[in-house]
Amino acid sequence: MNITVRKFDALIIGAGGAGLRAALQLSNADARVAVVSKVFPTRSHTVAAQGGVNAALANVLPDSWHWHMFDTIKGSDYLGDQDAIEYMCRAAPKVVYELEHFGVPFSRLDNGTIYQRAFGGQSQNFGQDQAARTCAAADRTGHAILHSLYQQNLRARTHFFDEYFAVDLIKDDQGYVLGVVAFEILTGKPIVIEAKTTLIATGGAGQIFRTNTNALSNTGDGMAMALRAGVPLEDMEFVQFHPTGIAGRGMLITEGARGEGGFLINGEGERFMERYAPKVKDLASRDVVSRAIAVEIREGRGCGRNKDHALLDLRHLGADTIMKKLPGIREMTLTFLGLDPIEQPIPVFPTCHYSMGGIPTNRDGQVVVPVKDTPEDPVPGLYAAGEAACVSVHGANRLGGNSLLDILVFGRAAANHILEYLGENPHHRALPQDSVDRALERLARWDREGEGEAVEPLRRELRKVMEDHCGVFRTAEVMREGVAKLQTLRERIDQAVIRDHTQTFNTARVEALELENLWDCAIATMHSALGREESRGAHSRVDFTERDDERWLKHSLYSLQDDALDYKPVRTQPLTVESFPPKKRVY
Amino acid sequence: MKPDTQTRWRCRRGMLENDLLLKGFLDHGYDQLDQEGRDAFERLLGYPDNLLLDLVLERQSTVDAGIARVVPLIRAAVAAGAED
Repeated sequence: MNITVRKFDALIIGAGGAGLRAALQLSNADARVAVVSKVFPTRSHTVAAQGGVNAALANVLPDSWHWHMFDTIKGSDYLGDQDAIEYMCRAAPKVVYELEHFGVPFSRLDNGTIYQRAFGGQSQNFGQDQAARTCAAADRTGHAILHSLYQQNLRARTHFFDEYFAVDLIKDDQGYVLGVVAFEILTGKPIVIEAKTTLIATGGAGQIFRTNTNALSNTGDGMAMALRAGVPLEDMEFVQFHPTGIAGRGMLITEGARGEGGFLINGEGERFMERYAPKVKDLASRDVVSRAIAVEIREGRGCGRNKDHALLDLRHLGADTIMKKLPGIREMTLTFLGLDPIEQPIPVFPTCHYSMGGIPTNRDGQVVVPVKDTPEDPVPGLYAAGEAACVSVHGANRLGGNSLLDILVFGRAAANHILEYLGENPHHRALPQDSVDRALERLARWDREGEGEAVEPLRRELRKVMEDHCGVFRTAEVMREGVAKLQTLRERIDQAVIRDHTQTFNTARVEALELENLWDCAIATMHSALGREESRGAHSRVDFTERDDERWLKHSLYSLQDDALDYKPVRTQPLTVESFPPKKRVY
Repeated sequence: MKPDTQTRWRCRRGMLENDLLLKGFLDHGYDQLDQEGRDAFERLLGYPDNLLLDLVLERQSTVDAGIARVVPLIRAAVAAGAED
């Protein structure tokens, strides 16, 4: 087959905030940069980030990067790497001011400085008074950042491969990553994009769970590509769930609904949170409320025909309060469920929001893997940033306002290291044809005709298995069953077929490849969660309820090739300040 | 007329809300559109995600009469999907 080959200095896979921030840094330094994105860049999931970006600017209340660092480490339940966290918190003001110069319309104070709002988990003086650290552009900060970065990249002449799907990384015998095999969705034609450096910035894998807040495109494509290239995934068991997603849809019902007095009921009409948290009831922490809902459903006290959700009741608040204080919630339920919360309770279920785990990197964005006695040996030419990566600044639990910060700081840092690497490695290495052929074979596998299961039902089943066996109710027994179900699903996916074999805009083929990616991320998540016999941050085990620093203050690494777990130490030594030793996490 | 695959792909958005709204419409209602309606729907897909959501949730209105006619159809289709 005659395949088009294009050559670049740097290839970025994914056009969300991390990818575009890196691309801009590289284009401005006159590197030849290509960005591959399966959807048009401004339809990346960064657009959905509403909250804002944390930086200790001290515009509203006193603040310091050191307090921000402490909050992030504590929030991470002490699993975050303290060198990367220090780096991020120190860099935060700089990346925010850069955004200001790129044209992001931040909300302002009367004195003209950037407005900052208070978020949960932010403190002054290492855990004392509330801080106000989150810079926002009204309630659409992600949108503003993504569009500004895209515009800046057009100005800087970054080359975009819009609506191209990356299939697999190209890797040579010495372990160098040399680009990617992709195909153009419009024509179905494969293309080899050779690059001296490749950055994976494909976002998270929230779609592995049936109920999630993520865009449909968040299928963990980059994480799966890394797994198949022999890179283990780090800390995949840490998945942030929000207790009240709209059941069957996934969108969040804000905690404000319970803050205003809304409460949860089970299929017997009981306010069950009174049993799980007698004092604070429905205002217990997210993990407690999420697990309580899951337990009620598992024990047969769910609501609805299939007894598969709980109900959030706001009716007693009255029409006035709902319309004045919770209008957004009413708008969502009216639109998506045809349900008015003034008259009916809202069906809810815990919804997956964010993957703390991902492709292991150091604070320069280099992908690092264990080699012999070295836990973190860089893979030459390969970088990752954003939700696809695990640097790890979020550890076991991410704080609000730190995800946009992560993509900006480490997108930029990765680009700076890429520029250094390009200085030392100015020439393209020989293209390994066997690696290209393997990616093409994976693509051609879906040309197979004949009988077989369809992709969509398998995708639905995979997501249900993850929800039932690796959601908020985790025990060894439940997850072992989950591993077995995933393995059976894998055999069925290998025999699945698609009916559409046309070349032009064959989205069936894209969805089939996404299904394979979802499975790879799902098995990594399930094994990592089964392996970690403690509760820490967002990973909560019913059979191991306490944090266990003696055995588990370490990062998980799941390798697909070996189907095995490995571990590496947490980097507890910051760059310039003293380490924050683990303490009980109390707010 | 059923949506072509290119239109389906353009309905892959950055926000779950838009994914669900547009997918619901492709499954329940798009095939009732005439050529003018299909053209208006394509124009709507060209909007940034936040604006698209604001229009469909009727937080904002548009001077584009074709899009203004399509928006209630999308809302109706999603409501019909909710009853399934």
